[in-house]
Amino acid sequence: MKYAYYPGCAAKGAAPELHQATMKVVQKLGIEIKELMAFNCCGAGVITEADPDLAYTLNARTLATAEKDHLDIMTVCGTCQGVLGGINKKLQGDDALRARINVALKESTGLEYHGTVEVKHLQWILVKDFGIDALKTFISHPLTDLSIAPFYGCYILRPSSTSRFDDWENPVSLEKLIQAIGAHPVPYDGRTKCCGFPVFLEKEKIALSMVGERIGEAKEKGGDAMVTPCPLCHMSLDIYQERAEKNRQREKGFTEKLDMPILHLPQLLGLAMGFTPDELGMKRHLSPTGSFIDKIESQN
Amino acid sequence: MRVKLTVQKFDPEQDVKPHNRDYFVEAGRETTVLAALMKIKAEIDGTLTFRASCRAAICGSCPMQINGSQKLACRTSIFEELEHHQKISVGPMANMPVIKDMVVQMDPFWEKIRAVTPYVISSDDGERPIPTEALKTIQTDLENADACIMCGACLSACNSFEASDQFLGPAALAKAIRFQVDPRDEQHDTRLNALQESNGIWDCVRCVSCVQVCPKDVQPMEQIVRLRRRSIEKGLTDSVGARHITKFVKIVGEEGRLNEARLPIMMTWGSLKKMLRIIPLGIKMLLHGKAPITPHKVPDVHEIQAIFKRKQESKR
Repeated sequence: MKYAYYPGCAAKGAAPELHQATMKVVQKLGIEIKELMAFNCCGAGVITEADPDLAYTLNARTLATAEKDHLDIMTVCGTCQGVLGGINKKLQGDDALRARINVALKESTGLEYHGTVEVKHLQWILVKDFGIDALKTFISHPLTDLSIAPFYGCYILRPSSTSRFDDWENPVSLEKLIQAIGAHPVPYDGRTKCCGFPVFLEKEKIALSMVGERIGEAKEKGGDAMVTPCPLCHMSLDIYQERAEKNRQREKGFTEKLDMPILHLPQLLGLAMGFTPDELGMKRHLSPTGSFIDKIESQN
Repeated sequence: MRVKLTVQKFDPEQDVKPHNRDYFVEAGRETTVLAALMKIKAEIDGTLTFRASCRAAICGSCPMQINGSQKLACRTSIFEELEHHQKISVGPMANMPVIKDMVVQMDPFWEKIRAVTPYVISSDDGERPIPTEALKTIQTDLENADACIMCGACLSACNSFEASDQFLGPAALAKAIRFQVDPRDEQHDTRLNALQESNGIWDCVRCVSCVQVCPKDVQPMEQIVRLRRRSIEKGLTDSVGARHITKFVKIVGEEGRLNEARLPIMMTWGSLKKMLRIIPLGIKMLLHGKAPITPHKVPDVHEIQAIFKRKQESKR
C-alpha cells in the first residue's frame, strides 16, 4: 500500500500539526508514502473561479507527477480532495478537455497526464483500502465513553457528481472511524454543513454565525470534541471559536462557553494509537484541548 | 410492500410545536413520496397538507425535506429513499416559515427573485426586429440557468441564507445571469454593479448544497461563480470577495502555493477596520506556530510560474 502524498498548503503552512499527525499515523499503520515535494496549490476552488483552465492545468501537473511513479494520491485536506479529486474526474471523463489541458501542461512543464491516477483522502484510504478491521488492531488506547462529533465540511462530499466515496446526504465514513477507536459518533445536522471559512474576511458575521451554530449543536448533542478531515474547517472552528462564542452570546443570548476541542482526523486516530497530544501537535490549537486530554488520560 | 412514512405535522393555529406522525401505506417499485402522501390524505388523514400540482417535476410546487434534504416529492422514489436511508421522514423545507405541515411561506423567495429585476430592460418599443443571430447564442450562454422551475429547494438548502436571511440566494442569482447574457438587455453593467453589494454574489460560501438539491440541474452556485468571474473581467475588483480571487491567483502564480499570511493582508489592504480584525488573530497564530511568515519554498517553482505565464500570454 503506497501513495503519493499531497499535503496541501494548509498542512505545510497554517496547520503544520496536520502534517505532523499524518506522519505519525501512516508510519504506525505501515502505509507507505512518497511526499510530492514540489507540489503546487490545488487552487481551493478559488483559482477555478478566476480561470477554470488554469486550475485544471495546475492540478494536472500534480496528477501527472504522481502518474510518473504509478501511484495514487493521498490527500489530507477535504478541500484539496474536492478540488484535485474533482478536476481529476473531469480530466478522466473528457478526452477533449484532457488533450487541451495537456497542451498547456506540456508546454509549461514537459509533463503530460493520461488519466490513470486516483485521488483519495486519508479518510477514504482508511475506510476502504486499509479497512476498519485492520485499523482496529492498532487501537491501543480506545477512547471509550467519549462522544466525538464528526464534521465533514463541504468538499469531501459535494458535488457528489465527482465525490462518490460517501453518500453526501447520509455519510458514514467518519462515524465508522470514530466507532473503530471505541468512541461514540454524535448525530447532528450540522455535520455536513459549511464551516464559514470561505467568507471570513468578506463576511465575518456570517462565518462566525456558522461556527457558533456548528459547535453549539455538536455540544448540545453531547460532543466532547469535534473531528474534521479538512484543515480549513479546522481553522474556522478552532481559530475563530472564541469570537464565535462571543458572537453567539451577544446575538443569541447564550451564556455557556463553547469550549470545544477541534481535532484533525489523524490526531484523533493518533490519540487512540497511544501517541501523546504533543506528538500530534495539539499545542498548536487555539481552542482549549486540556479538559478533553484529561478525560482521555483518566481512561488509560 | 407496506412502508412507514414519518411525517412532520404542524398547524400553528392548534399546535404549540411541530410533531411527528407515522403513517403506513402500500407502496410499489414506482411509488413516489408524493403518491404516498396523496394516498395518506385520501385514505388515512384528510388534514395532511402539502402543495402539489403537475406530478412531473415541472411545476415546482412540491419541494419538501425528505430524509433531511430538499427534494421534489413527485420525483422522489420511496424505494430509493429506503435503500439510502432505511427510513422515510418527510417535513417542510428548512429555513422558511411553516404555514401548515409541508406548506411553507414562499414570500422571502419571491422577494429575492423580484430584487434582481427579472425581466429584460430595453428601450426597444417592440418595433425593432429581434436580433436573431445574437439570440441564438443565449441558449448556450445560459448554461441551463433558464431551466429553473422556482421551487425554492436551493434557497432552503443554502448555508449562507440559513446564516443571513438577507442573502439574495442561489435561485435569484442564477436568474441574474440570464440578463447578463441577453443581448437585448441594456442594463448589464448596472445589474452587475448592484450584485457587488452586501447580500449579493460575494456572500455565497460555495457549500455546493444548491447544486446538490436542484431538481433541474441549474447548478446555481456555478452561475454565481460565473457572475463573480464576469465581475472581475469587467474590472469590478475592489470588493474583498473579488480580491480574495485576484490576490489568491497572484500569490500562487508567484510562490506556487498559498501563503496564508500574505493573503489576508493583501485582501484587507487599505481597510484599517478589517486589518485590525485580522492582526490579533495573526499574532495568536504566530504564538501557536500556525502563522507561516516565511513563504513556502517550492522546488521547481519555475514550472508553476510557467503555467501562469503561458496562461497570461494566451489571454493577450
